[in-house]
Amino acid sequence: MKILISSIPSDSHTWNLVYMQMLVHELGHEVINLGQCMPIDELIKSAHYYRPDLILISTVNGHGHIEGMEIIKQVKCHDLLRNIKVVIGGKIGTKGEENIIYENKLKEAGYDEVFCGVNSVAEFLEFIGIVKRYLTGNLS
Amino acid sequence: MSNNKLQSFVEKNQKLGHLVVQPRMGFSSISKMAMGLKAVKLCNVPSICTITLDSYTRVNDYEGAKRAMQNNEDSLNGYPIVTYGSEKTSKMVIESITENYPIQVRHGTAFPFDIFKTLIESNIDSTEGGPVSYCLPYSRISLKKSIENWKNSILLLASATSNTTYFHVESFAGCMMGQLCPPSLLIALCVLECVFFKRLGIKSVSLSYTQGTNASQDLSALIVLRELATKYLKDINWHVVFYTYMGVFPETLCGALQLIKDSAQIASVGKCERIIVKTPVEALRIPTIEENIASLEMVYASSEEVNQQAKKLFPDIEEEKIIYEESKKLIDVTLNLNEQLDVGLYEAFKHGYLDIPYCLHVDNHNEVRGYIDNRGYLKWFNVGKMPINRSFSSNHQKQKDCLNSNKLLRMLKYVQHKYDNRCETQKKKWSI
Repeated sequence: MKILISSIPSDSHTWNLVYMQMLVHELGHEVINLGQCMPIDELIKSAHYYRPDLILISTVNGHGHIEGMEIIKQVKCHDLLRNIKVVIGGKIGTKGEENIIYENKLKEAGYDEVFCGVNSVAEFLEFIGIVKRYLTGNLS
Repeated sequence: MSNNKLQSFVEKNQKLGHLVVQPRMGFSSISKMAMGLKAVKLCNVPSICTITLDSYTRVNDYEGAKRAMQNNEDSLNGYPIVTYGSEKTSKMVIESITENYPIQVRHGTAFPFDIFKTLIESNIDSTEGGPVSYCLPYSRISLKKSIENWKNSILLLASATSNTTYFHVESFAGCMMGQLCPPSLLIALCVLECVFFKRLGIKSVSLSYTQGTNASQDLSALIVLRELATKYLKDINWHVVFYTYMGVFPETLCGALQLIKDSAQIASVGKCERIIVKTPVEALRIPTIEENIASLEMVYASSEEVNQQAKKLFPDIEEEKIIYEESKKLIDVTLNLNEQLDVGLYEAFKHGYLDIPYCLHVDNHNEVRGYIDNRGYLKWFNVGKMPINRSFSSNHQKQKDCLNSNKLLRMLKYVQHKYDNRCETQKKKWSI
């Protein structure tokens, strides 16, 4: 699978991006890491250019639930990007365990999944396993 | 007589042998920010107030900050100083702590011009960052442009120097990426940024250094930092500010408290004048005002303790020599690249003579790598194009070259595990 990893426009943290890139690469997927502080219009351009199977928005500065909404709205505006799975994970709010309150709103806006709990990385890996099997026709 | 509030406060406490403590603190609600400033001023220990700016402001998205606050004034992760402007900010400062109390504006901005303009107009005389330290780890903006904006921003501060006020700028380069950057590069970048500030007319600076993976290595690094500051920053005021560990934090309360206390001990034994503290909730969320005050008071108390633990803290003379030589080489190579340091800094990164491990920015080579050796020292195993030596023998090469996500995660969590595991051991002891 081709996976595009990006942060949100205001997030300058990178360890999450470095780690997720390494991890996903080790699982045999092609990874493009767009890096920190990614403006939304550039993310959309990159998505058109790379045509990934999945976009992972990885963010830890607490603004994910705000800027994540803007990102998914823009992705869903583009016909060519409609079929790409889009997920968001990390510290998406500033409230610790209570960040789960943002999950429904993000999913309703179009995210296929939201990973913000203590097992978020494991859950994300399980999810991409399922997506891969789906894409290769092994899962209906 | 010309004065800097932060400089005066640090000097006064230095004479008394007191470590100055400082939090990171920023709220987007003005009333909450005011409460925080007041609480820091009124706490029982020598403390400097902080206004930490939010992420939108750091990427110069002042409208974004405004929009995000529309439904909830308290929703940002810091104070949007440019959005609020100098009138609201100086009013908040005067009403909460008076304009005479030292405050530092902390941020993480590659283009700080608007922020510096606002803080000058708000009668705030101290800030921090640097053309490299607030560009490469935190921004997509080109290093060249960041250096240019920082140059103009520092010139703005220098030109605002008056009969009554001069400005203090702290270099953030003692903390590149938060962790996994070996000491000699941190020291070199810090000294270089302070030389950059000095050459543009700043008369008061501080050099930062972050708590690392081993206290002896930290103490050795602090000695080197002070020696090189003495050499390269003649005729201006400078002091050293220690940062409590900036990497992945312990998850147990006991582990977090011990790590924070240890940072106080290292800062004290290492003769640092000031410390920026963390709170135990660091791994989870932004701390409350109360949590921040508790941390300030605990850190100060810990720095004053003369105990068995502190007496076992010694620098490592051999390590000190190695760090000194590496740091000095990196500084001199950069300074000799061009008479103009703004050009020299850019050229150094372009050639990879300076290279920050794991930094994704396009203007950083990202070839170098560190590793944690069996003593817990953070050493170089790949120096890329930097003009220094690797610090391990070739039979380690293969092992280190296979750095994978597991190894990276173990290194990222090294300090967290060390402190959390110690708590487990202690728990078992207590139950006997």
